[in-house]
Amino acid sequence: MRIGCPSEIFEGERRVALTPESAGQLAKLGHECLIESGAGEGAGFSDADYKAAGVEVVKTAAALWKAADIVIKVREPNETEAKRLRKGQTLISFFWPAQNEALLEQCRAKGATVIAMDMVPRISRAQKMDALSSMANIAGYRAVIEAGNNFGRFFTGQVTAAGKVPPAKVLVVGAGVAGLAAIGTSVALGAVTHAFDVRPEVAEQVESMGAEFVYLDFAESTQDGAATGGYAAPSSPEFREAQLAKFRELAPEMDIVITTALIPGRPAPKLWTEDMVAAMKPGSVVVDLAAEKGGNCDLTRADEKVVSDNGVTVIGYTDFPSRMATQSSTLYATNIRHMLTDLTPEKDGVVVHDMEDDVIRGATVTHAGEITFPPPPPKVAAIAAAKPKEKKPEPTAAEKRAAEAAAFQAQTKAQVTLLAVGGGLMLLLGQIAPASFMQHFIVFVLACFVGFQVIWGVSHSLHTPLMAVTNAISGIIVLGAILQIGSGNWIIVVLAAISVLIATINIVGGFVVTRRMLAMFQKS
Amino acid sequence: MLSQGFVSAAAIAASVLFILSLGGLSNQEKAKRAVWYGIVGMAVAVFFTTFGPGIGGYWWMIPMMVIGSVIGWRVAKRVEMTEMPQLVAALHSFVGLAAVFVAWNADLERIRVLGDRAAGLTDMQYSAFAALVATKDQAELTFLQLEIIFAIFIGAVTFTGSIIAYGKLAGSVDGKPRQLPGGHMLNAAAAALSLVMAIAYMNDAGFWTLLVLAALAFFIGYHLIMGIGGADMPVVVSMLNSYSGWAAAAIGFTLSNDLLIVTGALVGSSGAILSYIMCKAMNRKFLNVILGGFGGPQGAAAEIEGEQVAIDAGGVAAALNEADSVVIVPGYGLAVAQAQGAVSELTRKLRAKGKEVRFAIHPVAGRLPGHMNVLLAEAKVPYDIVLEMDEINDDFPSTDVVIVIGSNDIVNPAAQDDPNSPIAGMPVLEVWKAKQVFVSKRGQGTGYSGIENPLFFKENTRMFYGDAKDSLNALLPLVD
Repeated sequence: MRIGCPSEIFEGERRVALTPESAGQLAKLGHECLIESGAGEGAGFSDADYKAAGVEVVKTAAALWKAADIVIKVREPNETEAKRLRKGQTLISFFWPAQNEALLEQCRAKGATVIAMDMVPRISRAQKMDALSSMANIAGYRAVIEAGNNFGRFFTGQVTAAGKVPPAKVLVVGAGVAGLAAIGTSVALGAVTHAFDVRPEVAEQVESMGAEFVYLDFAESTQDGAATGGYAAPSSPEFREAQLAKFRELAPEMDIVITTALIPGRPAPKLWTEDMVAAMKPGSVVVDLAAEKGGNCDLTRADEKVVSDNGVTVIGYTDFPSRMATQSSTLYATNIRHMLTDLTPEKDGVVVHDMEDDVIRGATVTHAGEITFPPPPPKVAAIAAAKPKEKKPEPTAAEKRAAEAAAFQAQTKAQVTLLAVGGGLMLLLGQIAPASFMQHFIVFVLACFVGFQVIWGVSHSLHTPLMAVTNAISGIIVLGAILQIGSGNWIIVVLAAISVLIATINIVGGFVVTRRMLAMFQKS
Repeated sequence: MLSQGFVSAAAIAASVLFILSLGGLSNQEKAKRAVWYGIVGMAVAVFFTTFGPGIGGYWWMIPMMVIGSVIGWRVAKRVEMTEMPQLVAALHSFVGLAAVFVAWNADLERIRVLGDRAAGLTDMQYSAFAALVATKDQAELTFLQLEIIFAIFIGAVTFTGSIIAYGKLAGSVDGKPRQLPGGHMLNAAAAALSLVMAIAYMNDAGFWTLLVLAALAFFIGYHLIMGIGGADMPVVVSMLNSYSGWAAAAIGFTLSNDLLIVTGALVGSSGAILSYIMCKAMNRKFLNVILGGFGGPQGAAAEIEGEQVAIDAGGVAAALNEADSVVIVPGYGLAVAQAQGAVSELTRKLRAKGKEVRFAIHPVAGRLPGHMNVLLAEAKVPYDIVLEMDEINDDFPSTDVVIVIGSNDIVNPAAQDDPNSPIAGMPVLEVWKAKQVFVSKRGQGTGYSGIENPLFFKENTRMFYGDAKDSLNALLPLVD
């Protein structure tokens, strides 16, 4: 198959869907790659690089669209591009089918197959082609860098000859892929990082990255991210209030706020209100990664940097991945390459569009003249549903005491019963047994007690030596044979002699092997 | 000839030394001294008894002791550390057999003394034990008979049970649970018949009842242990350890010898505690283990999703080279593959690079309590990096790489997650909490309990198939 990659037409878009490296990999799958002249310029890949990787450079977009069986792109096609599609051609790009219904219909009418990279289901197997995650990762990183660019101080705290520098305080709202990337970058730069998310189960991930999770005092049945494919869902008004109150409390302290809160298919929730911006110190920075969807901050204007009356910079760029075009192109091209790997199961350059495959089915939005969006739910659940964890109420001090007392009482009762029964049995035995037996019996019982006390102290790692040494000393039975061997009866003598023999093997063997083992235990 | 006073004093000294000897096993350094206490105690006990009053038959006794010592010495020097379980089981069987012989002898002496008494001979020159019997009155003689019954029964069960345990551990008897048709009913019938024999013996039916009793007990020991699977051997061996102690104690009663009673009780309680610890570690009841087999699943086990992903030595080595902390979880497979040397070499290499390497030992790993510790010690792994389950379980989340070698059920997350699993509730090593887990395993089979291990299907788990020793040897040159 011939895979073609045209230049991006969208203004300011510098990414490209094919890199020389991914072209090499695609060639191994048996595909032939084409690129429009100059398509990789924005991302730092020259036509010569592509040629060196065996890619055919095509002069014009029109020629490329005509020659390619599969067109790979970053942004969704515009009118002109959609018109160029033809029957049987496949387009792989971001598509946002829910927002672009007219475009979707147009592609269907053309008879082309469209695979939307934004529709790749969130299951483990598809992670390697999850372009949204790779772009979000870059956005999160870039958000911190942009913030640093507009922030007049260090991230990390320092004590220098010229005085002490406090560390910057960063708050990341929304700990999705972008949020976690921002947390990681910010922590790496040395800032004191806090993070918030409506899904409390991400607290562990946040803390594992070295940030502090901001907990709310709010008793609501918590959101289970698993039910929504790992994304956040809208929260109740009460929860929202509690959340905003917490943010108000934090606003004056924070130097940098990065908001990444998005709810799929809805405008971004307003989380950083005007009064919070007003409460921040002059020179602080807010980076709003949700600007494209209206922004999390009241002051955000998409694609612009605004400065509030009190000197807080609010950044609403929507093209963070494009600002790091080399990195994002590399990752995106790899995502595309993985998608094509799945589409070419035999690695022979023949594309098999398997609509039974969860990933391919999910990402395909038009196929064979039909709109196949929205896809049915995947057969494999995105994330295993979290088992409801029953939280036992923390027992109060009084309850604890009561429980302890009850346990103590039960224990006492058991011990007293045991002693009483044991004592009774001894009494009975004493009635019928001769005195000499009882004397030996006392010794026996005491020895058992001593044994129990002593053995509990034995280290687990020495259990094998313990068995060997008890083996050796249970050879003490040799004494019995010694006491009998002098008998006048020859059968007794023979049996006793055999007993002496095997008991001695036991004694000597047991001790020698114990010593051997113990000598091996060495300290480092 | 030493007087009875000397012999009694020696017995007290020996008892104290034995207690110190067992108590000293609380840590590795003290243990090296403690074993000497045991040796000295034994030497004192044997010497003073041998040269005590009324002892004869030296021409038999001394050569036997010499031969026994030589055999014992040679066996103990030659045995491989992986064969420790077999050796321990074999030694148990000796104690059991000796107990049976000594108890038979006791009855023969009793018959002889009673015969002399009936014949009106009052001034016979008896040797040590017979002289003691001669002083006993009627009630004491009845108790002597009871003691003989106990000693024979326990000794005989220990003898055949240990031999079967030895066979299973050495591989000469099939490790799978196997019983004659009739199962535990046969055991119950044999036990009932033993009771009949015991009653007959008490009513002076004659010496033959004791022979039949021993034969029945031999059968019970054989059949009971045949019905228990290989992986339950830690419990079985410690149980037999306990029995050998009780047999010695029973002989002590028969011979009215306090030193035997004390020693037997010490050994008996030691084995009992070990069995208890092993059962606890498998979350099973003692009776359940002894009566054999798992109780069958209580419901459908949870479905396992995902696939087992294999990895080669290069991949494991790359992960090890990057890791800072490594935990190795050895199991019986390590002993089978004799891979302790390779593991030790790997440990040495990783530690030389400044990585933290530790071992996590589950109480029932291997076929003998503490088996893994001894194997690792043999391969010169320092004991202070070999940790118990409770010591290390909390550290797994902060561990980079866990290598599971030849263990299965003891790292099975189903024990915690799946209430329907046959091993639900068993304490396990929480290896899946580590960042990455490599499982060295021969193939895709299930563990001893025959249940799937969801660990192998987890996303952070990679299967490193192959013989443990070969796998590790392939890995060694790649770790630098």
